[in-house]
Amino acid sequence: MGKTIAEKVLSSHSGSDCAAGDIVIASVDFAMSQDGTSTMMIRELQELGSEGPKTKRGMAIVIDHNSPCPSVEVAKIHKMIRDYARAKSLPIHDVGEGVCHQVVPESGKALPGDLVVGADSHTCTYGALNACSTGLGSADVAAAAFTGKLWFKVPETFLINVEGGFVPRVGAKDLALRVIGSLTADGATYKSIEFSGEAINSMTMDGRFTVANMSVEMGAKFCPFAFDKTTADWLTSRGISTGISVSSDFDCKYEKDFDFDASDLVPIVSKPHAVDNITDATDLRDVPIQQAFLGTCTNGRLSDLHAAAEILKGKHVKKGVRFIVAPASRTIYLEAMEKGIVSELLKAGASFVAPGCGPCVGTHAGIPSDGDNVISTANRNFKGRMGNNKDVGIYLASPETVAASALTGNITDPREV
Amino acid sequence: MNELAKHVMEDIAPDFSRNVKKGDIIVAGRNFGCGSSREQAPRALKAAGVSAVIAKSYARIFYRSSFNIGLPLLECDTDWMKAGDELTLDLDKGEIVDQRTGKTVKSAPIPKTMQTLLADGGLIPHLKKHGGFALE
Repeated sequence: MGKTIAEKVLSSHSGSDCAAGDIVIASVDFAMSQDGTSTMMIRELQELGSEGPKTKRGMAIVIDHNSPCPSVEVAKIHKMIRDYARAKSLPIHDVGEGVCHQVVPESGKALPGDLVVGADSHTCTYGALNACSTGLGSADVAAAAFTGKLWFKVPETFLINVEGGFVPRVGAKDLALRVIGSLTADGATYKSIEFSGEAINSMTMDGRFTVANMSVEMGAKFCPFAFDKTTADWLTSRGISTGISVSSDFDCKYEKDFDFDASDLVPIVSKPHAVDNITDATDLRDVPIQQAFLGTCTNGRLSDLHAAAEILKGKHVKKGVRFIVAPASRTIYLEAMEKGIVSELLKAGASFVAPGCGPCVGTHAGIPSDGDNVISTANRNFKGRMGNNKDVGIYLASPETVAASALTGNITDPREV
Repeated sequence: MNELAKHVMEDIAPDFSRNVKKGDIIVAGRNFGCGSSREQAPRALKAAGVSAVIAKSYARIFYRSSFNIGLPLLECDTDWMKAGDELTLDLDKGEIVDQRTGKTVKSAPIPKTMQTLLADGGLIPHLKKHGGFALE
């Protein structure tokens, strides 16, 4: 019997011949935490008397969730994190470098065939690079750093095959929302997800990051994509090693498989207050929005900014709509500037905030008011997600749909503008 | 953590933190703990006095984190349980007994790995005790 990517990565990292259902102790290549989860992890590392990470490529802390710092209380936390990082010579990606799930891939610390853990639920994003990568609580990440290892239950794998090609202004985010709507928010809990098919083969790395990022919204543990020329080009063009890529065997066992057709897809929107509560964008044309947010670890990459700028070029967002943009990293911000995307978005009425999580996590940089509707490229729309105010409706959509909605002031199918 | 404990579950049960007593058990439905990776979630429940959770299913990160911080979780059908029921849990056997009716239900067994972590008081105490992983 052949093996899935998850079975292969956990076998090679545990020195065993494991299969779905087994529990193994596996060596971890890299660990990550962010400013919202680092305090607890650092306390745990201190309690263990850790001298430094034993993971193969060490660990990094990214200050992105409250960045730049919004309050005196958070400033104390940031200081504690910086002091610890300095004392232990841990790399820290500080204010303005970007959101962890863009900064880590750019830094070359998460590679094909890797086993990566992070104290952030969207750590599954690095699956786009053919890694088995997952979000965990602080204690697990502290344990991985302290011992270089962690226990894992080898997950069963779902295969999601996507044939066909996307129609214009429909893409990876719409596919991710459609799949989550179909499988539901806990439909893939504990599972590893592998994507295959024509639409995936032709998908850009930015699109793959989007899809892998969203996989946790159906409960997935890993979302390793196949390694191909697109992956190799993304890495080598940044001077990053191509790692030791892993592919699933033709005779491996998938617990379930699903088929989708990209050419059938239309712009999808997830309605408040659950990610799997999806509908077509056209069903929501009567919903007015007061804020539009383009950014996050899901959709703050160059092609996302570019797609929004294509729609907004030479136009201006509707009066009364606050249009906030947070590039996913400083590198992306610079590229977007050099390509003229930033000026196009600014002229269209955008407010740029520092690369990082932006208003997605509700701590700063654009907390909506009670009664507001927000259309956002983020990955979660739970009640209170963008601030502790509960009477806010968050709608999740693609960069194209967010741009089109900012333009009209109502939720809008981007093919209609 | 004590401050967070005052706000646990407030969105769906505003009086929860006032009414919860040490030893109480949360009974829930599907995908309990869905959301971010914050270990604060199970820690706040534990700090509020919750001694265990029984649900139909759990979100993955919450599941691991709960055992890591010493909060046991059981998985079984929960439709028959009512607020105020007194339940006795046997974590080794995975058995839930309703003290009022005597009804006994088997839950999915807690894997040995998690039982070891619970017995040691959580993941960090486990690592401190053994100097590393001592799971089978």
